Amino acid sequence: MSDKIGTLTWISGPVVRARGSRKVGMLELVEVGEERLVGEVIGLKGDTFTVQVYEETAGMQPGAPVYGTGLPLSVELGPGLLQSIYDGVQRPLPLIEESMGSFISRGAHFDPINREKRWRYIPKVKVGDEVKGGTILGIAMETDTFEHKVMVHPDDSGTITWVPKTGEYTVTDPIAKIKTGKEEKELTMLQRWPVRQPRPFIQRLGVSIPLITGQRILDMFFPVAKGGAAGIPGPFGSGKTVTQHSIAKYADAEVIVYIGCGERGNEMTEVLQEFPHLVDPRNGRPLMERTVLIANTSNMPVAAREASIYTGITIAEYYRDMGYSVALMADSTSRWAEALREVSGRLEEMPAEEGYPAYLASRLAEFYERAGYVENLNETKGSVTIVGAVSPPGGDFSEPVTQHTKRFIRCFWALDNSLSSARHFPAINWLDSYSEYIDGVADWWQEKVGKDWLGMRNQSMELLSEESRLSQIVKLVGPDALPDAERMILETSRLLREGILQQNAMDEVDAYSTVEKQIRMLELVLHFHELGMKIIKRGAVISVIHDLPVVDTLIRMKNDVANDELNKFDDIEKQIDKQMSQLDAEYR
Amino acid sequence: MSDVTVGGGQEVLGVTRIDGPIMIVEGAANISYDEVVEIRDSKGRLRRGRVLEVGEEMAVVQIFSGSTGLSIDGTSVRFLGDTLHMPVSEEMLGRIFDGLGNPIDGGPEPLTDHYKDINGLPINPTARVYPRDYIQTGISSIDGLNTLLRGQKLPLFSGAGLPHDKLAAQIVRQATLGKPVGTQTDAEAEEFAIVFAAMGVKNDVADYFRRSFTESGALNRVAMFLNLADDPPVERIVTPRAALTLAEHLAYDLDKHVLVVLTDMTNYGESLREISNIRGEVPSRKGYPGYLYSDLSSLYERTGRIRTSKGSITQIPILTMPNDDITHPMPDLTGYITEGQIVLGRELFFAGIYPPVAVLPSLSRLMKDGIGKGHTRDDHPHWGAQLYAAYARTQDVRALASVIGEEELSEVDQKYLKFGRAFEREFINQGSDENRSIERTLEIGWKLLSIMPKNELTRVTLDEIAQYYQEEDAAN
Ligand SMILES: Nc1ncnc2c1ncn2[C@@H]1O[C@H](COP(=O)(O)OP(=O)(O)OP(=O)(O)O)[C@@H](O)[C@H]1O
Ligand SMILES: [Mg+2]
Repeated sequence: MSDKIGTLTWISGPVVRARGSRKVGMLELVEVGEERLVGEVIGLKGDTFTVQVYEETAGMQPGAPVYGTGLPLSVELGPGLLQSIYDGVQRPLPLIEESMGSFISRGAHFDPINREKRWRYIPKVKVGDEVKGGTILGIAMETDTFEHKVMVHPDDSGTITWVPKTGEYTVTDPIAKIKTGKEEKELTMLQRWPVRQPRPFIQRLGVSIPLITGQRILDMFFPVAKGGAAGIPGPFGSGKTVTQHSIAKYADAEVIVYIGCGERGNEMTEVLQEFPHLVDPRNGRPLMERTVLIANTSNMPVAAREASIYTGITIAEYYRDMGYSVALMADSTSRWAEALREVSGRLEEMPAEEGYPAYLASRLAEFYERAGYVENLNETKGSVTIVGAVSPPGGDFSEPVTQHTKRFIRCFWALDNSLSSARHFPAINWLDSYSEYIDGVADWWQEKVGKDWLGMRNQSMELLSEESRLSQIVKLVGPDALPDAERMILETSRLLREGILQQNAMDEVDAYSTVEKQIRMLELVLHFHELGMKIIKRGAVISVIHDLPVVDTLIRMKNDVANDELNKFDDIEKQIDKQMSQLDAEYR
Repeated sequence: MSDVTVGGGQEVLGVTRIDGPIMIVEGAANISYDEVVEIRDSKGRLRRGRVLEVGEEMAVVQIFSGSTGLSIDGTSVRFLGDTLHMPVSEEMLGRIFDGLGNPIDGGPEPLTDHYKDINGLPINPTARVYPRDYIQTGISSIDGLNTLLRGQKLPLFSGAGLPHDKLAAQIVRQATLGKPVGTQTDAEAEEFAIVFAAMGVKNDVADYFRRSFTESGALNRVAMFLNLADDPPVERIVTPRAALTLAEHLAYDLDKHVLVVLTDMTNYGESLREISNIRGEVPSRKGYPGYLYSDLSSLYERTGRIRTSKGSITQIPILTMPNDDITHPMPDLTGYITEGQIVLGRELFFAGIYPPVAVLPSLSRLMKDGIGKGHTRDDHPHWGAQLYAAYARTQDVRALASVIGEEELSEVDQKYLKFGRAFEREFINQGSDENRSIERTLEIGWKLLSIMPKNELTRVTLDEIAQYYQEEDAAN
């Protein structure tokens, strides 16, 4: 399938140049050298073309052949994606390990999707049906419970002339024949899609359902909607990865795509070793069964790191097309931007800010635009939610990647070094973060928990911002200078911070809170505040409130009350009422 | 242009430009990217380099030992046809090498038929074993609060004049495989092989480590790779790679547990910057090349454990932060790659605390998987979180005290001050020969926590308080 189209003339790391055919296409996939290293054409000039190579080029020589494929860089889509771990250009890492051992040497060529494995397939169309791009032909059971909707490729359409019986088929067995005009075509479960091109849909829909992550500060304070995009910037060690892992574990998405883009090997290993043993709180299945991992760690080739983001988002869109809600985590988009910069630098392009190419912003925009809640070609509704980590140099948010990212996301979870070094986790700064999805998801909360979430959230945010103002004063003159009513605000804010916002991802009970637990916790703290304020107004001093035993209980309830023990909150509420009314009696 | 093939290599006289450690060679065919070259000057002396960029009949060559004394005429270059490889063997322990891996202790070349590419290969994430075994260093601020695991990369972020060498030497001397509290310790603690790489440090630093290894009787399990301050800066690019190539052989082929100390990574970064600038590459921050992150990863990620071997590589890179600035590209990008960092603080140092570990900005990310039940002791995770929280609070109280005066502080805040002082003097501070057991470290921590009233201790459970909190009379 591939002909020689040129000869290498220049090599500089992952970027090489070749001379030859003028027919080579921009973004065409090519193979370089006798080892046929995979690369992509990223520049054309006369009979010379530039290629970014997805593998190490050491030892390669000018004069080596370059082969064309005529195809753009694409991924394979079909059953078998779930539970896989791929490198940035969808090579299955377990197969690479099997054939090459513990270290990745170059020249690996494997099918991303297993050709031998048989899937139980149930056809959903019959002979004579008209089908078009996106139509669901049938269902393949990708796990015991996951229904992989096998769809017509977006470019195909026609009349069904043959369908098989329900049975076990491989991804290359025909599962339908369609007739378009005079031509008859066999369809299989396997399709290919160019990664840099978004998969089509009918229309975007408004977003109004929150992605519930089980993380209190996210769900209650800065929610992201299903189909939305969130950015999580922070200096090293502030908690980007832990937060993304938590979301990957607990978010109520049906499919998770996790891209380790230029980050640590051990972090991917952790996911690989942990997820198969963790159980999805919603259906009791191992978490790995809904997860696709893309691992292009920092020491793997930099051009493949650039591609990894596109490989991941295309897989996410494919499951969205089936009508699923998909959450995609990219850790870290900064490493992807740096890969762009590195390749651009080798091309000697004119740099814009901090050496990044001028097209950084448009690439970021294109990526985040691929998030969305949409009506699919087959009229199902599905969503891709993107959560992108950003690693700003020196933790300085004014740098280009953070700044441009902010333009294209609507939810910003700002991690803060001063919180993480005080071990306040998640170290998401509640004053610098924002979500533009809040109003959109308020109805959902009302329906789901029947409580005024928005009112409680806003009241809490007011308390917290008041706390920040008051603590400036405290820093100057000490707490004693404040009237007790203001010190009550400080007391409640402490409960909000330590009792609610802080959430330990390593604690078995605390790692994940249902929305019912979350809202109950918030309700209790605000209830405490209300009663406390009343008593203060009657003349009680803050220290008697601070010393109430229930304060400790409120701080510990996150660990002490499991998700299925919500009735314990009623006890705590009674304790608040009882202890407060005793105080109340003293000050009457 | 002459073209002679000698001993498998291709020799050309075609140097057209020399610029610092970079040289352009024309007229050679069949040159490979990243190939090693041997450069012969007009007097016949040899030096080595490698190909950084190759075009048709043209190559950009980096000269490891610099270009001093080279001339355009009279310099010939032999292309050796392969990337840089080095011999590796167990016998290299106990030996001293230069920054390129040549013996400089008067001994013979290592005898072996194992030659490895110094660039190594990326470990497949599916082949890794996640680190879970802690290393007891005997240092409370590390074992208790920033626990080091086998297979972790944990740098020391330091500043000029701070005792990072002393601390690194102490860690190396005292490191043993950690055991849960209460279990029988083996008669002989498992010993680490040590690979030490010096990049651009002064001779007395290298000497200090050598002496320290000698005194502890470790010298025969240490391999030293020395590129000192007066050695060619470009060689520094090779030094950590040579060291790690040996470490990989020891760990993954010979099942040894290897501790790698790399010092000083800041000098390494400067060499990288120098080469990049001479080549006219577009810089990112502070003149460092845009690929600094990827380049550092290619070193730091050569740490870990793999399923096919019992061995491990643990890395302790040392960096002096220019101006003590943790946002400088070297510490910054290192922190983004390593699994935490131990930060040394000048204030503690001036206060006479050794080791001056600034606890709050320090972090061990893998700690969570190597402490607590079955690893150290059940209460360890909460205990650590509580010490952190209390010490963080101490900082706020100190700031307040400096405004309103210590006497004006509330009773609780005064206790925090007392805790903070005791924490620095009794917990962080210890002798440079003092080797504390993990049990002892936990005990000191509880004693200090007991300075505070119980209701301040919200990070530990009530059960843990009941078991370990020392009531007033007991605490004093
Ligand atoms: N929610 C949390 N609960 C408990 N600990 C946390 C939490 N979030 C972060 N941490 C702590 O912070 C450490 C660093 O977090 P993490 O690895 O996610 O940082 P990061 O922002 O991804 O850093 P880098 O940019 O270097 O990858 C963790 O190892 C853990 O100790
Ligand atoms: Mg991270």
